[in-house]
Amino acid sequence: MARMKFICDAERCIECNGCVTACKNEHEVPWGVNRRRVITLNDGVPGEKSISVACMHCSDAPCMAVCPVQCFYRTEEGVVLHDKDVCIGCGYCSYACPFGAPQFPSQGTFGVRGKMDKCTFCAGGPEEHGSQAEFEKYGRNRLAEGKLPACAEMCSTKALLAGDGDVVADIFRSRVISRGKGAEVWGWGTAYGTAQGGKS
Amino acid sequence: MQRFTFICAAAAASLALVACGDRPQELKATGVKQDRAAYTGVGKSQYANGGWTVGDKNSWEQQLKARAQYGQNEYQRVAAPK
Repeated sequence: MARMKFICDAERCIECNGCVTACKNEHEVPWGVNRRRVITLNDGVPGEKSISVACMHCSDAPCMAVCPVQCFYRTEEGVVLHDKDVCIGCGYCSYACPFGAPQFPSQGTFGVRGKMDKCTFCAGGPEEHGSQAEFEKYGRNRLAEGKLPACAEMCSTKALLAGDGDVVADIFRSRVISRGKGAEVWGWGTAYGTAQGGKS
Repeated sequence: MQRFTFICAAAAASLALVACGDRPQELKATGVKQDRAAYTGVGKSQYANGGWTVGDKNSWEQQLKARAQYGQNEYQRVAAPK
């Protein structure tokens, strides 16, 4: 297996926010925290484009580089996860992330921001797989259940693709060839540092 | 005098042991818990998907690839019945 990756097809995203809802429901994410959100460029203008954004699980993750307590780790499948028991909620990762993925619940004492929360690619965290502790801290571990992330599986237009990098790239390539346009993959180069759309 | 010596000794001993309760503060000693690989499964769960062998990495990978193609590649789904 290559690496787990996300692709958002801007030609297909209709800004329905189904991915956002699926994520919040699947992991019971608290109020004020959005692990995934939909961004619309040129909203209201003909030709507007929407993209679904969350942690892209970067190949060379800036959050991992700046974390002062090194709470991040990368799984064998390339999923970037973190240990909430080690996180101190400093927010450095939030400044470093090019996608604005790290979220901070304001449930701490006196409104102090809590431990960082972000998309886990539905891979849970460093707790016993499928345990209550894992669910409460990180959400469901769908990968260990033999499933793909809920956001992509719930996407009505299949704009959001998730899974093995080679597989999702093949699916996207066949679409682009079939429709003859829309080869741009938002965030792909930033996250994975590879050429896309025929450009480096 | 004996009482004073005992108190001093007890204070010195407790002072010496204070550091034993300290957590490691070196940058390298992160204490991040070891995570198990995803293909080891979630144990007995009503949410676990069948179709693959728990603990078999290759089986898990094939399951995810098949699921990605079936669930996300409608070109293949449309072409499949022919």
